[in-house]
Amino acid sequence: MIDLWNWLSEPFQYEFMQRALLTVLMVSAVSAVIGAFVVIKGLAFIGDALAHASFAGVAAAFVLGGSIYLGAMIAAVATALAIGFVERRARISLDTAIGILFVGAFALGIVIVSRQSNYTVDLFSFVFGNVLGVGWGDLLLIGIMTSAIIAIVAAFYKEMLFYAYDPEMAAASGIPVSAIHYGLLALIAVAAVVALKAVGIVLVVAMLVTPAATAGLLVRRLHQIMLLGALLGFISSVIGLYVSYYASVASGASIVLVATCLFGLALLFSPRRGLLVRRRPEIPGTAKSEAIAPSR
Amino acid sequence: MVKPFQPQTTAAIDNEEAAIQVESVWAGYDGHTALEDVSFAAPRSNIVGLMGPNGSGKSTLLKVILGMHRPWQGRVRILGREIASARRLLGYTPQTESVDWQFPVTVKDVVMMGRYGRLGPLRRPTGVDREVVARCLERLQLTGLANRQIGELSGGQQRRVLIARALAQEPEVLLLDEPMAGLDAAIQHELMTLFEGLRDEGKTLLVATHDLSCTTGCFNRVLLLNKRRVAYDEPAKVCTEELLNEAFKSHLILLPVGKAYYEEHHGHD
Repeated sequence: MIDLWNWLSEPFQYEFMQRALLTVLMVSAVSAVIGAFVVIKGLAFIGDALAHASFAGVAAAFVLGGSIYLGAMIAAVATALAIGFVERRARISLDTAIGILFVGAFALGIVIVSRQSNYTVDLFSFVFGNVLGVGWGDLLLIGIMTSAIIAIVAAFYKEMLFYAYDPEMAAASGIPVSAIHYGLLALIAVAAVVALKAVGIVLVVAMLVTPAATAGLLVRRLHQIMLLGALLGFISSVIGLYVSYYASVASGASIVLVATCLFGLALLFSPRRGLLVRRRPEIPGTAKSEAIAPSR
Repeated sequence: MVKPFQPQTTAAIDNEEAAIQVESVWAGYDGHTALEDVSFAAPRSNIVGLMGPNGSGKSTLLKVILGMHRPWQGRVRILGREIASARRLLGYTPQTESVDWQFPVTVKDVVMMGRYGRLGPLRRPTGVDREVVARCLERLQLTGLANRQIGELSGGQQRRVLIARALAQEPEVLLLDEPMAGLDAAIQHELMTLFEGLRDEGKTLLVATHDLSCTTGCFNRVLLLNKRRVAYDEPAKVCTEELLNEAFKSHLILLPVGKAYYEEHHGHD
């Protein structure tokens, strides 16, 4: 018993592990709140894209010696707004707009970095994530961004819900859908930046999508998906941190793998949608019974 | 008795009392014309049927009236007001196919959305809003389903949820896009009874349908549309073989006058 307690508490005697724990707590909360929208609106690609686009800002800040978080945020939010604008005005599909703009921003980052002779660990901690290397300064910034995102979503929850569910009706009811459209894209961008240091550019989308998608299999209302998603993200992160500590493997990837396993379990055993669960009989009158109706 | 409609001469007089006044509206998408010079005026406390085949511009006309789609030309007034200031007078139910039924919300959540436009930003629903929602749920016999996720409902129940949301807006003018499609006759009848009840309370309803079976009994007037206005009059005068053929072209076969035969959408609920 004492052994188990020691085993569990040992990693968190270190300050860097305590900071990591605080970081993943906030990352889980932000990722689930924004990730719930990403999942229900089918915006996974945009989450991935904005994380990659932030690389341009990371690289520029690195070269110019500014705040890397600020750089990442500017690049990600600018790309998000550009994507929203191009989609609305140029009459091209959203995924095409994303594909063009994020690769452009990512390429810009690579061009900037390629001018540098020395690649440092710091730069690569953003690409592959290094939650164990989060400093107090990083933590403060992550805390500010987390509070801001959660406050904004809490304040405009009903408008965002209405917009996400039925944008046309929302518009007809006088909800400013255009502002919410751009606002949501900007929030996804900031959330991606928050998760950046924890799991790295390439894995950010997993934090945004996986816990929220897992929660979506288990509960049936948007705010429940947010709360359960945050809890699942945090559980994944803590287990991932232990795996990382004791098995000496990359922290970001461990966290994402645990989250993926939880999703797999939910997919198999979800009471309502589980692949291995016997479902209630179909409600009569749903699409299925219409499909077999005689077509005279 | 309903007066026969005379667009130009009565427009000015009707202006005061018309619930929906549409004047010479042209509209479309990307250079494709959906509505050509459509005018009509729906008097208060009337149920107006909006009939035409698929692609005849019914949904576009509803969206123009709602202010969701900006017309190229022409204007719309609701109870004498411009659309921008008439939002709270309008309620709308979209076609069920245009709704995401997998979305993680309950029946009650969706009906509460009907209140959001009135609430305005940063305000939470109050006891009054919850009361209105409860009343609308009860009126549509959805009280027992209030906490169901919307994807778990049957087709007829889904339709009722959309109507309940529109009623939660407490509108004076209600626009319904294909509320009958895919429902069986008994449920269609129930809905028509509900619509008649709303009309008797003084509401005005514009009901889009491409199903001709329910027109004669309950509509006060019928607007027959096929991009342009084919006819606008009492049902018996509009539902003639000649006019229906003009609007629907080869899309339907007619039985004796007034009893139009419909080929699509045998509902199974």
